[in-house]
Amino acid sequence: MIGRRLPKVNSWAHLTGEARYADDLFLPRMLYGRVLRSTRPHARIRRVDIKRALAHPGVVAIVTGADMPEKMGIMPSTQDETALAVDRVRYVGEPVAAVAALDEDTAFDALSLIDVDYEDLEPIFTIEEALEREDVKIHDEAKRANVFKEVHLSFGDLESGFASADHVRDDWFFFEGNTHAPIESHSAVASYGPDDKLTLWTATQVPHYLHRELEKVLGLPRSRIRVIATPNGGAFGGKSDPFGHEFAAALLSMRTRRPVKITLDREEVFYAHRGRHPVKMRIRTGVKRDGEITAVHYQSWLDGGAYASYGIATTYYTGALLTVTYRIPAYKFDGVRVYTNKPPCGPKRGHGTTQPRYGFECQIDKIAEDLGLDPLEYRKSILQPANSRTVNDLRITSMGLGECLDALQRATRYSERRGQQDRGKGIGLAGSAYISGAGLPIYWNEMPHSGAEIRIDRGGGVTVMCGTSEIGQGSDNMLASVAAEALGVMPADVHVVTGDTSLAPVDLGSYSSRVTFMAGNAVRDAAMKLRALLVAAAAEKLEVPTDRLLSAYGRIYDRTDPEKFIGFAEAAVLAESKHGTLVAAGSYKPPKGIGGSFKGAGVGPTPAYSYQAAVAEVTVDLETGTVTVDKVTTAHDCGRALNPANVEGQVEGSAYMGYGEIIGEEQVFRGGLHKKPSLLDYKIPTSLDTPALEAIVVESVDAEGPFGAKEAGEGPLNPVIPAIANAVYDAIGVRFDETPITPEKVLTALGKRDRRGEPKLRIGPDGLDSGKGDPKRALRRLSASTDARERKRAVD
Amino acid sequence: MSKQLLTLRVNGEPRTIAADPHHTLLEVLREELGLTGTKHGCELGECGACTVLVDGVPVLACLTLPALVGDAEVTTVEGLGTGESLHPLQIAFAEEGAAQCGYCTPGMLMTAKALLDANPRPTREEIAHAISGNLCRCTGYTAIYEAIEKAAQRV
Repeated sequence: MIGRRLPKVNSWAHLTGEARYADDLFLPRMLYGRVLRSTRPHARIRRVDIKRALAHPGVVAIVTGADMPEKMGIMPSTQDETALAVDRVRYVGEPVAAVAALDEDTAFDALSLIDVDYEDLEPIFTIEEALEREDVKIHDEAKRANVFKEVHLSFGDLESGFASADHVRDDWFFFEGNTHAPIESHSAVASYGPDDKLTLWTATQVPHYLHRELEKVLGLPRSRIRVIATPNGGAFGGKSDPFGHEFAAALLSMRTRRPVKITLDREEVFYAHRGRHPVKMRIRTGVKRDGEITAVHYQSWLDGGAYASYGIATTYYTGALLTVTYRIPAYKFDGVRVYTNKPPCGPKRGHGTTQPRYGFECQIDKIAEDLGLDPLEYRKSILQPANSRTVNDLRITSMGLGECLDALQRATRYSERRGQQDRGKGIGLAGSAYISGAGLPIYWNEMPHSGAEIRIDRGGGVTVMCGTSEIGQGSDNMLASVAAEALGVMPADVHVVTGDTSLAPVDLGSYSSRVTFMAGNAVRDAAMKLRALLVAAAAEKLEVPTDRLLSAYGRIYDRTDPEKFIGFAEAAVLAESKHGTLVAAGSYKPPKGIGGSFKGAGVGPTPAYSYQAAVAEVTVDLETGTVTVDKVTTAHDCGRALNPANVEGQVEGSAYMGYGEIIGEEQVFRGGLHKKPSLLDYKIPTSLDTPALEAIVVESVDAEGPFGAKEAGEGPLNPVIPAIANAVYDAIGVRFDETPITPEKVLTALGKRDRRGEPKLRIGPDGLDSGKGDPKRALRRLSASTDARERKRAVD
Repeated sequence: MSKQLLTLRVNGEPRTIAADPHHTLLEVLREELGLTGTKHGCELGECGACTVLVDGVPVLACLTLPALVGDAEVTTVEGLGTGESLHPLQIAFAEEGAAQCGYCTPGMLMTAKALLDANPRPTREEIAHAISGNLCRCTGYTAIYEAIEKAAQRV
């Protein structure tokens, strides 16, 4: 079953409309909820008056922040949020109250009848202001100004590394924030029954973590709570936090003893965010004449928005994975994440590694040019070897970046074409890596990261139960395929029960590309235990030693005489007669010793890194500044492709999403208001925009992965962004050291000359904008934009 | 506002329902008729997830008032196959992995059906134009093109 292009086991439900996403659930007596959200970027809440709203016909219940004051958040060490705002709001769009009513129209109308008395506080919108303003604290707990987290790590001898360099590059970069924009908006249905048990169906990537937070916030024992992750209609990291509307639906259901559904509208999804952090970066890299890296000093400043989310991990991730692709003997990382009065940033596909990878791969391109080296051959000459350890003590096992680069050269003839095309046409390259699951769980414990249970019924039916959340990445099919391969049946014969905290063992969630590796190993572990029982029963019946038996296509047979076999169902009956009910559990925990032991060593280690590289071909219109990406070819080392069609889908989808990020998507704000909170304004690429995409699967067959597999869902996004930036440089000779590359910026670059009259060769930051943190600046900007809005409204 | 009786022809069956007259075809299909295969992604006509066919023409159900549909035939994803067999598009989408999260898929299938009904051998460019109003955030569209091309050979 491994390596075959079989349809996904859950695709039939998707294709007939039978799949039940959270918003597709309609329960008897169900109420409809809506969330009232803050209209202020930063304010004290003096009073929330719900009297008028409660009196509105059709309104059944209302909850406010005071009803759930317990702090919560995905990372146990940095819980700084409440389900609904208590006393203070910190971004426009923050949940303040929630209404349950007989129908959605009524719930919506009632929101305007809730009177919230705000006392405006000065807002902070930029990294620089956040770093400098001691007088404005978004969170009183912040020790220095509005710094959420500060990290400093140093490995090897940096000083002598730079001293021995023949050439040092020092570049600043800026990566703009952007958001997931899944087509399905967040939705949750809560039902609290007469048995005092709560069931929450919700579009979440992390049912297990949500389970824990519900217990904490609702004060209801976890044994009374069941979380069911419904199929996610796209997630990309955007559904991996516990969200206010989930708690609000639960509490409204507890208060009314009726089911309550809350589905966010599209604008609310943009404000819920938890997407890509805007990051300013400075990268200093020393190299020898031949390009060998002698030292890297990487610094990042992350704009975290109003709350922690995964921010502590994001901060570490900006520095952790730069070392796993190319040999770096000395490395220093400084990272700072600040609070600002904008929707919280969190994990988006490539979590925290996408921004530094963009900067670093653009810089590698510059170094190659400085030294007169071919960027592809240069990268190949400095590869971190397989089965090695990096300077920051990360264990590398299988490593297919070299094969990826070779495959790209064969497919695109990159080296011959670079610099050889007409002005306006360019080709660019970048490499990257990603984790196959975080080496540590979010809360420290010694338990498995993933558990699976398999049951075989008397008809030979196989049921796999695992806590994984299906977000479109194909995890249900992966579980079925791995179980089918191990047991010798077809994936279509396997029933899969996932994402249900009552029915399935814990899997930590669909984040950090961990599911194939970890849940795959757990389900394989369970399947091999059952296989042993079936094979033993078959051996007895067939009078053949067990080591001569194989199991495939629903038969257990003698490999020396395949006609000697018994059917899978018959073997199941024999095994159950002998051993009792056929159930086995399996689990997976990453091995010890895959990372270092210093403070901060918890982020970065993984049982296996995926590797990937991309080549982008672009055409830049010199008149309009429009960048057309003609083609993106991505080669990805996924260990082994359990289902090549699904791997290619992940690689192509990643290329698509990376393309969107560099070519125009931006989560940007004016006075705390999102500038583009709709799919019309926030332009995700349509079919007409999207380049031709080609995926090349490279298989390094990882020794520890399930049947050799590693991740495929996130890593392939990373190289696409710098590959396009490098291609634009090849086309017009302008370095884009900031994203996105908009036509406006291209025209600016093409039209601009520096003080000596030379054409502008670079768009990007030159440092932190010091002095921009001057008092009252943000407030002036906020009132200016408010005035402008009011004037516009008056004219209209 | 009081509800009004309304008869729609949906997937070949006459269905009479009582609905608020300002409720859209999308709301009526999902909430009154239980046809939740048709999805909503934005309810502003921006994403195409709610695409259904009205007399064979793709329309955005979130921008369509049921009263304006009259006695035209509405086809949703639930009516795409015959009940006994799947539509070639559904099979090709499964084979090519053209549905990842599956949320844009019902709307995408309906647009693709209208395309193939009007143009049985579309070029890739024609397919790209036809589905340009149906946003997919997962696939990068490549597998969708391949699935529609494959289905075209079988229709």
